[in-house]
Amino acid sequence: MLMKNNKFSSLLKEWYEGNLSFDERMNIETEKPVIKKEETTEKQKIYLVKDVENAEEKLTSKGYKFFSVIFCVILAVILVGTVNFMPLFADDNTPTTNEVYEHYVGEGRDQTGAVNTVAGMILDYRAFDTLGESFVLFTATCAVLLLLEQSKDKPIKKRETFTYTNDPIVRLVVKLLTPIIIVFGIYVLFNGHLSPGGGFSGGSVLGAGFILFAMAYGEDFAAKVITPKIIRVITICSLSFYCLAKSYSFFTGNEFNGIHSIITPGTPGNIVSGGLILPLNIAVGFVVCCTMYSFYMIFKRGRLD
Amino acid sequence: MEDIITIFRILLLISLIVCAVATALSKRVMTALIIFTSYSIVMAVVWLLLRSPDLAITEAAVGAGVNGVLFFLTLRKLHLIDKDFADDEDGKIDEGVNVNEE
Amino acid sequence: MNLLINYEAVTSMVLFAIGFTMLVFSKNIMKKILGLNIVDTGVYLFLASMGYIEGKLTPIVPVAGPVDALDYINPIPQGLVLTGIVVSVSFSALMLALTVRLYRKYRTLNLDKIYEMCRKEDEQE
Repeated sequence: MLMKNNKFSSLLKEWYEGNLSFDERMNIETEKPVIKKEETTEKQKIYLVKDVENAEEKLTSKGYKFFSVIFCVILAVILVGTVNFMPLFADDNTPTTNEVYEHYVGEGRDQTGAVNTVAGMILDYRAFDTLGESFVLFTATCAVLLLLEQSKDKPIKKRETFTYTNDPIVRLVVKLLTPIIIVFGIYVLFNGHLSPGGGFSGGSVLGAGFILFAMAYGEDFAAKVITPKIIRVITICSLSFYCLAKSYSFFTGNEFNGIHSIITPGTPGNIVSGGLILPLNIAVGFVVCCTMYSFYMIFKRGRLD
Repeated sequence: MEDIITIFRILLLISLIVCAVATALSKRVMTALIIFTSYSIVMAVVWLLLRSPDLAITEAAVGAGVNGVLFFLTLRKLHLIDKDFADDEDGKIDEGVNVNEE
Repeated sequence: MNLLINYEAVTSMVLFAIGFTMLVFSKNIMKKILGLNIVDTGVYLFLASMGYIEGKLTPIVPVAGPVDALDYINPIPQGLVLTGIVVSVSFSALMLALTVRLYRKYRTLNLDKIYEMCRKEDEQE
């Protein structure tokens, strides 16, 4: 009763009781789609209903369905049957428990300086693998941008600009949660060699935090704060730093050419330790974060700025 | 204690299968997406029980967060979020939208 | 019965089969992508369950003192899966971008119809 005249409660009431569509709830003016039947030329008529009515029957005939059912069932039976011959779950005599694992866990801390064995493994022993993953992410961003980019001259279509800034629930909750999530992401990123986490986990959390930030404050504001130039510079710098640092490490890692690496593992347990693991974690985390954020912006607006 | 954790693990795995089957059987893509998000959250707890906290953090942020957001944005971009378009079983193409539009 | 002990592996195989069935049967592209994601998680679950050893600890070793490798579980599958999860997201984003382009051209998500339309276009040309 107290909140009867409140705008907030009226919005809430409208939300829950009104028979509104998604667009109306979001206060978006939707243009009614226009039907221009006269203008369909010969070529476009093929998209109309009648020509493709029989398409379904042709392609998914009974034989196709029958054989796919048989195939799926046989596949499932073969897969589950193979499990019968696999090594037992939670057993310590499996073939995977071999000398590689003993070397990674037993001597990983002294050789790499990382307390978290997983971080030490993926960023030191198997660093080239992680470099490939970072480039996969970068390539995916480029491909998505190529596919979905809208030209700058065209204004963004009005029915594609929907925003959550008018939403009472999303705005309040997200404004409260965003700083906490970003701080947690930075913590996970910087403590990757000491505790669970690292580049991939911390980068994903940071990216999710920035996505929430863009949701709560509007994409226009977010595009002004995090400009495309910043994203470009951070991604390129991280990737090239990774390449250079790991090249140096691999070049000097050989004992026979007489060059010794100046990078030492340091004292395990300190925040600045583990040699190259902390900077590489940060580089990978930035790449992952920029990838997630760019995916959101490209899918939302068609461009980064 | 170990027995309780084993029972919990089996329950989680059963709920994983139930979520996957529900994703496969649901008619609307919107419903399938929401169920898939819950599937990812259950998966994060399974990673935790397998003693892989790194995977749990990543799965919770990526599978339940970013992946779901991307799928929802795609649905919104295609203006299909309110429509029951499922597998297009009625054989109709949406004629309300202008074919000429890019 | 090994199947009863290997319940994690059985679950991952069932998940793989469910995802594969979605890939084959569902005509909707979005549901096909969801099915591919389920296949992904099934494979990851299988990999990670291979590294788990009963009663052993997370591979985060103490700061000082000797380390006995046999006290910890196998970290190698974890490292493989960790990179795989992040890559699967970029993969599904790429697929979704392609879906958007397909829908803009053909106005449907039904892959059979899109295929039929493509064939008719080829015939016309």
